Amino acid sequence: MKLVTGVIQPHRLDDVKTALEGAGVRGMTVSEASGYGRQKGHTEVYRGAEYTVDLVPKVRIEVLVTDADVTAVTDAIVGAAQTGKIGDGKVWVVTVDDVARVRTGEHGDSAL
Amino acid sequence: MEEFALDSGNTAWIITASSLVLLMTPGLAFFYGGMVRGKSVLNMMMMSFSSIGVAGLIWVLYGYSLTFGSDIGGIIGNPADYFGLAITDADSLMFAAGVPATVAAAFQATFAIITVALISGAIADRVKFGTWLVFAALWVTLVYSPVAHMVWGGGLLGADGPVATALSVPIDFAGGTVVHINAGVAGLVLALVIGKRKGFGTEAMRPHNLPFVMLGAALLWFGWFGFNAGSEFAADGTAGRAWLNTLVATGVAMLAWMATEKLRDGAPTTLGAASGVVAGLVAITPAAAAVDSFGAIAIGAVAGILCALAVSLKFKFGFDDSLDVVGVHLVGGLVGTVLLGFFATGEADAVASYGVWYPEGALNGLFYGGGFTQLITQIVAALVAVIFSAVVTAIIAFALKFTLGWRISEEAEVSGIDLAVHGETAYENSGSTITEVR
Repeated sequence: MKLVTGVIQPHRLDDVKTALEGAGVRGMTVSEASGYGRQKGHTEVYRGAEYTVDLVPKVRIEVLVTDADVTAVTDAIVGAAQTGKIGDGKVWVVTVDDVARVRTGEHGDSAL
Repeated sequence: MEEFALDSGNTAWIITASSLVLLMTPGLAFFYGGMVRGKSVLNMMMMSFSSIGVAGLIWVLYGYSLTFGSDIGGIIGNPADYFGLAITDADSLMFAAGVPATVAAAFQATFAIITVALISGAIADRVKFGTWLVFAALWVTLVYSPVAHMVWGGGLLGADGPVATALSVPIDFAGGTVVHINAGVAGLVLALVIGKRKGFGTEAMRPHNLPFVMLGAALLWFGWFGFNAGSEFAADGTAGRAWLNTLVATGVAMLAWMATEKLRDGAPTTLGAASGVVAGLVAITPAAAAVDSFGAIAIGAVAGILCALAVSLKFKFGFDDSLDVVGVHLVGGLVGTVLLGFFATGEADAVASYGVWYPEGALNGLFYGGGFTQLITQIVAALVAVIFSAVVTAIIAFALKFTLGWRISEEAEVSGIDLAVHGETAYENSGSTITEVR
């Protein structure tokens, strides 16, 4: 099993959700995040005082998948989140030892 | 002696206007509250709200009498005259308009309240709440009441005072000197005596909730129609003139502030628009009905530009006037008061001059054929207010510094004054369990 995590532009979330549903994903966790990569934020001016806002809003999307689905899910996120401009985000995959479904107590692939 | 004749139309308007002006103080709480950091929004709002309690109490007990009681030395009224607001309609401040004494006292109460609350923006995030309450009580007593007495209560700056005798009658329609110059100077003095917040100029202290700032500006503007149009003391064409000038000067100041930002910073901001609104409101206050439409437009434009530039001074000079009480209220108040020397116009018959009016004994401004006299009068009146407010506020500020003390601990300031002083937080909603009920 793998955990696919994507940090993406907030305004791409709806498209990414749709793409993931198209790839057969039935559940995900979404949270608000903030951060920066190479784009290094932006500046804002308040009553003449200029601030560099380097932590900009992002959305973190997490999906647990079987080993066989990893490529399809990763590609779905990348494809739907891409605008081609800096600040599009990152997607990464890590191996997961075990997953338990709380409602039934099932473990492993059947808990996904 | 002439009998008091109730005018129910005027009276209804002044009761309404009083309620409008009172709403400005909670409005100010939002205007200021949105501008501070999230960890100190409650304290900022509490400084405004608590002003209603403190100044309202003092006003009812002896503040009105200190302001409008029989004159003592041109500086102050006799506090015993109307102690506890024991006042009859024969002594009504708005006798000529047929408005009862109680209604006149109510209207004036709201002015004392908002003036104290305005000062709090200069000392955000860092002062003991108890010291603030004591300051508010002392300041209404020793600074607001005397300055209001000098201007409106028959004192030094009134129609029978030495300035009027030597030059001409100073014009302050709704409180440019009494409210805004006064509060602005007091804010500057407190910021200097109390000192900077930890991290001022180096750490980010940007506004945490701009929609709150806009909401506050909206409430202030709404209430300000009561402030300025109510200061006519009657429901008539001059009140309408004050209303119109409060609309156009404020709108122009907003546009001027945004234009200044667009040229200097690249974008017209919501904070700039809200600030421009308040700068315009402040500047038109003394001039509300004493200028025509073109004078109001000019005053709004100058106030919007000058205040937008003035808010940067605190960084140049290194004083932490946190929410720009100096840049907006002192500078805006001076703009309105001094520009009256250029734009004042009026006739004995206000109907003939489209509602424009100023007190008998005042003169037209320089641009309206009145020469330099009124300009000099306005500058003198502003200087008297500046000097009196600065000196007495400084005495109060130092007295409190060496007795109760002003500053909360550095640790409390860093972790947030809301939790340290009020035992609450505005936005930390998760992870709590109930441990005791009383």
